[in-house]
Amino acid sequence: MIAPLFVFLLLSFIGPIGALLSKSVVDTDLAPILPRVCAAIGRWDGHDVPDEATFAALIEDIRAASAAGTLARAATRLNYDVSGYRTLLFGTARHLPVTLETSARDTLRGIDEKWGEGETWGAIARASGPTTSIFLLAALDLRREPTGAIVSAPKDEVIFVRLLERTFTIAAGVTLLCLVLGYPLAYALAQAPARFANILLVFVLLPFWTSLLVRTSAWIVMLQREGVVNSALAQLGLIDAPLPLMFNRFAVFVAMTHVLLPFVVLPLYAVMKTIPAVHTRAALSLGATPAVAFWRVYAPQTLPGVGAGVLMVFIQALGYYITPALVGGPDDQMLSYFVSFYASKTINWGMAAALSLVLLVATMALYYLYDRLVGIDRMRMG
Amino acid sequence: MAPAYESTAQRATRYALWVYVALVLTFLMAPIIVIVPLSLSAGSFLYFPLPGLSLRWYVDFFTSDLWLPALKNSLIVGTGATLIATTLGTLAAFGFWRARFAGRRLLFALLLSPLVVPVIIVAVGVYFAFAPLGLTDGFVGLTLTHAALGAPFVLVTVLSTLSGFDRNLLDAAANLGAPPLLAFRRVALPIVFPGIFSGALFAFATSFDEVVVALLLTGPGQRTLPLQMFNGINQEISLTITAAGTLLVALACLLLLTAEGLRRRAARLHG
Repeated sequence: MIAPLFVFLLLSFIGPIGALLSKSVVDTDLAPILPRVCAAIGRWDGHDVPDEATFAALIEDIRAASAAGTLARAATRLNYDVSGYRTLLFGTARHLPVTLETSARDTLRGIDEKWGEGETWGAIARASGPTTSIFLLAALDLRREPTGAIVSAPKDEVIFVRLLERTFTIAAGVTLLCLVLGYPLAYALAQAPARFANILLVFVLLPFWTSLLVRTSAWIVMLQREGVVNSALAQLGLIDAPLPLMFNRFAVFVAMTHVLLPFVVLPLYAVMKTIPAVHTRAALSLGATPAVAFWRVYAPQTLPGVGAGVLMVFIQALGYYITPALVGGPDDQMLSYFVSFYASKTINWGMAAALSLVLLVATMALYYLYDRLVGIDRMRMG
Repeated sequence: MAPAYESTAQRATRYALWVYVALVLTFLMAPIIVIVPLSLSAGSFLYFPLPGLSLRWYVDFFTSDLWLPALKNSLIVGTGATLIATTLGTLAAFGFWRARFAGRRLLFALLLSPLVVPVIIVAVGVYFAFAPLGLTDGFVGLTLTHAALGAPFVLVTVLSTLSGFDRNLLDAAANLGAPPLLAFRRVALPIVFPGIFSGALFAFATSFDEVVVALLLTGPGQRTLPLQMFNGINQEISLTITAAGTLLVALACLLLLTAEGLRRRAARLHG
């Protein structure tokens, strides 16, 4: 009876994701377009430049690809690796003489000096297939030299490590905010009489069931320059000029915390309701101060709820895309945004797949931790 | 909640706690508090005080040729996705309830993973896989993906109602001569019904609010309600969005009431 769902998810979820991830290492774009040079470059040891036969193979390949109209695809692929490759390839194709008057090597170097550099040939070697590591390495700001050595990218080209740091920083900040706001709320709800608590719980559950886009648009209405908050502050005479509340990190924290807060309040509340009040009272009657009774007796018993809530919020925050895209600025976009950017704007599937893999590995590691510590069968949704 | 032996310091802490809680609850309700009155504005500005009250933005919502078709599309996709997710999720829940086998935990984690995998990865993966099949600009691809995202909710909720279900009841029905299907329909189904229904609610709400997959997997003819809102927010927020938002808040109230009702019913059946 499990099989139908399993097969369904295999076809509509697991399979497609697997196929996407495979794009991060499978690299078969170039070989069909430039077959001769891709075969010949295997002989090269990565030092200096390849042999004369490889140069000749490239000339033949460029001629064939120009005639077939497939050179653009090859240029796109090589441009992912070394920028300026598109210009180089098309310039070379344009200037190739009908018959070679000197050696293939001198002809190419005569057209563009870049054919004398190992790096230029390294790009072909790395793209010759059938697998590549450039996308995965690039996702970690690393690159491979033609000789095979892995080096880190120059300091001014460090993008993705910083993006990864930013993604984790935002997720951790949101998680912390959720805990700071959610713990006292859950505590108060658990202490309140049941009837009163049930009414207050509606204030947590109603936003939870309300469309994410409605809530995000409401935050934009509130935080934008001419928005509710700025106009209220101005009318009260507290500010002269509107505060920059929108399209920055502040807005991202506010909107994401708002969406994810119920995910820490609900499990905490469930755990706190099961803690008998007599425990704290016993501690108090044994001479503990209220603060000690809370920290030593009550708080430790809430840890399962804290773990469940914190992990759930962190896992979800890591993959956020829509909220930062709508309320954040260019410096507040997270990993998911760049997956989408590479997939739909620049159509660089390899890079989209490599970033997806990084994001998925982080998510799955936390999911595993959640299962170990909390148990996924106890996952609660509202 | 206020014991007689409370000291002044304790009382101060308690008051501080409730002030803090009031602020957090205000934060939680702020979007709803702001968006509902704005949708009734007679003017077209996004701040208070309102120049007057009117229903013009609702009229705009119901007469524009963008919003109603979007609502219809969302209902089509949501209904289809919910039906698939509920059927497959309920079946799987019974499977997990009955069977103990090696790798059960791993399989369970795998089937629940749509709950945690970042949606953009799902969207890009599905786009990439469905494009050669021509499923990227119709309802089919979107509905299937939404069903995959919704099925784990059904699996979890049905399984949790089943955890309190005494399997002897099915044996008793069989002993009294009921064929398996009849026993299932008359004995098991009424008991797990709240679980199935609330799982279906979650699946529907998920589809009805999903925008990332919809961004990639729809053509102009399948624009859904969240997509229409997303485009509206990205361009310029008009008050029609607040009217649409208010209608969605009303829907959220309905979903919340139903879900809570079902939870109480399930709790009662479990004793």
